[in-house]
Amino acid sequence: MRKPWQERWAGLFFVGPFLLLFAVFLVWPTISGLWNSFFNTSLAGVEQEFLGLQNWREMFSDSAVWSSLKNTLIFTAMSTPPLVIIALVMALLANRTGVLGWLLRFAYFAPFVLPATVVTLIWVWIYEPGFGLANGLLTAGGFAEIDWLNTENRAMLAVVITTVWWTVGFNFLLYLAALQGIPEQVYEAADIDGASERQKLFRITLPLLRRTTGLIAVLQLVASLKIFDQIYLMTNGGPNYATRPIIQYIYQNGFTNYRIGYASAISYMFFAIIVVVAVLQFKLFSGSKEDSA
Amino acid sequence: MPDGSAPSRPRRRAVLGGLLGAGALTLTGCSAVQSKARVREWNLFGGGDGARLQQIHQQYVAEHPDVRFEAHTLAWGPPFYTKLAMSAAGGRAPEVATLHLSRLKGFSPTTMLDPIPVDLLNEAGISESDFLPEIWQRCHVDGVLYAVPLDQHPFVLYYNTEICQKAGLLAPDGRLKPVAGVPAFLEMLKAVKETTGKFAASVETTNPWRMWWTLYGQLEGKFLDDSGQRLALDDDKALEALSLMAKLAADGLTPRSANYAALVAQFSNGEAGLSFNGEWEVTTYQTAKLPFSMAPFPVLYDVPKFAGDAHTFVLPHQANRNRADTKATVEYITWMLKHSTDWAVGGHIPAYQPVVTSQEYVSLKPQAEYRSVAPDVLYDPDAWFSGSGAQLQNEAGAAFSGVFSGQATPQDALAQFKAATQKLLDTPSPV
Repeated sequence: MRKPWQERWAGLFFVGPFLLLFAVFLVWPTISGLWNSFFNTSLAGVEQEFLGLQNWREMFSDSAVWSSLKNTLIFTAMSTPPLVIIALVMALLANRTGVLGWLLRFAYFAPFVLPATVVTLIWVWIYEPGFGLANGLLTAGGFAEIDWLNTENRAMLAVVITTVWWTVGFNFLLYLAALQGIPEQVYEAADIDGASERQKLFRITLPLLRRTTGLIAVLQLVASLKIFDQIYLMTNGGPNYATRPIIQYIYQNGFTNYRIGYASAISYMFFAIIVVVAVLQFKLFSGSKEDSA
Repeated sequence: MPDGSAPSRPRRRAVLGGLLGAGALTLTGCSAVQSKARVREWNLFGGGDGARLQQIHQQYVAEHPDVRFEAHTLAWGPPFYTKLAMSAAGGRAPEVATLHLSRLKGFSPTTMLDPIPVDLLNEAGISESDFLPEIWQRCHVDGVLYAVPLDQHPFVLYYNTEICQKAGLLAPDGRLKPVAGVPAFLEMLKAVKETTGKFAASVETTNPWRMWWTLYGQLEGKFLDDSGQRLALDDDKALEALSLMAKLAADGLTPRSANYAALVAQFSNGEAGLSFNGEWEVTTYQTAKLPFSMAPFPVLYDVPKFAGDAHTFVLPHQANRNRADTKATVEYITWMLKHSTDWAVGGHIPAYQPVVTSQEYVSLKPQAEYRSVAPDVLYDPDAWFSGSGAQLQNEAGAAFSGVFSGQATPQDALAQFKAATQKLLDTPSPV
C-alpha cells in the first residue's frame, strides 16, 4: 500500500539536512577527487592542465608508493591478529560479575578513550632510550637497550604495540557484548550433559562468536589499513621511511608538496584496495550459513 | 534546596529577551569597530620565540588601540604551511603571516602572495638600505617584493661555560677559544668528551640537514647547476662532510641517535658540553639557568658558511585586499622591525640594520656573540621542494640519520639522498 505523498515528502524533509551534508562533504569530494586525479591540480592555485593518465602512470613507477603501501600492509598484518585475539581473551576474562569483572572491563577499555596525541606522547616517552620505561625494563632484565623508534626493524613493532594497547578496548567491547548475548540456557544444557569448561569454550562460546569475529576482523582490517595518526606522531614515517604508511605519502604529496592531483590518484588506488579487502573479508566470514546463530 | 536561597530558574521569556539584547549589542558592536583597521597575523613560533612574540604583541596592542589585531600561532612546518597555502589559495588569508625566506619561491608567490606595497613601506620609514643586500634580493621574485625580512637564524655553536672551563677551552676573557679546521675541532671535542664523560656535543641526528649543509657549504659545494634544474652535487665534498659526521658518532663525540628533544635535553643536563643547533634555544637554556654561551659554528673547511634561514613577513593572497587594512599591516611590520631588539633576545639576528648596530642589541649576551655570521648565512637550495620543513630536508634527514646511527655508510646515504633529490627534480613543479 502506498503512503500519501505528504508523508513521503515529510520523510525526505527529515533526512534532508543529513542528505545535504552527505552530498557536500562526502559525495562531492569523492567525485572531485577522481576528477582531480586526471589533472595536475595544485594546492597553490596555479592553473591546472588535463594530464590524462599521467598521474596514474607516475604512481605505478613511483617506488615510494609501493614501499609505503607495503608498510601499511605490514602494519595491518602485524596489528590485526593481536587486536582480534587479545580482545577475545580479554572479553572472556572480563565476562564475569563482581568487582573484578568491573575493574577488568574498566581497565581494558580505558586507553581507548584517550586521544591519539596523548597516547603517542606517553609511548614516545616509554620507548625513549636512556630513561624510558621499556628500556628500563630491558636493562633491568640484563638485556641491551633498544632505540625503538629510531631502528628500522623495531619502529613498526613499537607502533603496533602502542596501537594494540590503545585500540584493543573497542574490539573487546564488541566481544563482551556478544558474549553477554549468548543465552544462559545453552550453558545450562551443556552442564546437564556434563560438558567441561574447555568443551563449553570451544564447542559453544567460540562458534557462537563467529559472526562477531567476522565483523571485528573486517572493521579492524579497515581501521588498520587507515593507519596514519600514531605513525605521524611517533616516528613521522621514519627512520628512513621504514614506517611511512601510504596515507602519509598521500598527505606529503597533497599538502606538503601541493600536488593534489597526484595525491588523488594514489588515494583512489588505495580506496580500491580497501573496498576489495572489505568485500573479500565479508564474503569469507558470512559465507558459511550453518553457523549463523 | 534546603536553605531556599538558590537563585530561581530563569524564565524562558527573560532568557529570550536577554539573548536578543545580546545579539543586538554584538551587531552594533561590530559596526562600531568596522571602521578600525584589522590586522590578523599567523605565525609558526611555538617554542621560546613564540612566548617572546606574544609579549611583543602585547606591547603592540597596547600602543595601537586603533587597530583590531589578532595573532594566531600554528604548529611549525608542514601544518603551518599547509593551512597558510589553503587560506591563500581560497583568497581568504589573514592580512599578514610569517614565512621562511627559503620557502618564498616554493610558496608560489604569484598565486598565493600579494606583493608588498613598496610605497606604503617607504612611507612607514623602511627602505632597501635598512637590510643586507643579499637578503633583500632574496625577498624578490621576478623583480617584485613579496617579503620583508625580520631576522636571520644561523646554525651556531652553544657551549657550556663550566664544562669548557674545566676542559681548558676558554680564553682569558671567558669566551671559547676559536678553533678552525677539522683537526683542531676534533681536539676540542675530545677535550669536552673527557670532561663530561659522555658526549662532546649534542646534535639532532634524526634530521642532520643543517649540520651537513653547513659542512658542505664550507667546502664550497654546489647543489644545483645554474639552470636550477639539474643536480650539481660534488660527491667528494658531500662524502667528506658525511664522513666527518659518521666519525663524530663512531668516536662517541656525538650521540648515535638523538631527536630534537634529546638534543636540548643532553645539552641542558650536561651530558654534552657543546651543542650544534640553530640559535633559537637561548631562552630555553637561560630559563634552565644553564651556564652557557654561544659562538659562530667553527669554520672547519675553506670558507665561512652557516646553514640558516630568515623569518619574513608576507601578505598572503586575499581576494579583496582592503587598502586601510594593508596600510595598518605594513605599519605593523614596520613596528615589529623597529622593535626587533626584543625579538633578538630570543636568539635570532635582526634583519633590520639600524637595530643590529644599536648599542642595546650589541650588548646582548650571548645573542650578539654570533652576529658576525649574518652575511655568511647559507640558505637552502633554490627549488620548490626545498626550504625549512620542506621535502628536501626530510629526504636528507631520512638518508643522513643512518650515518650517525651507523645503519648506513656515507656512500649509501649519499646515493639515497641523490636519488631522492633527482626524483623531486623530475617531478613537475606544482607551483
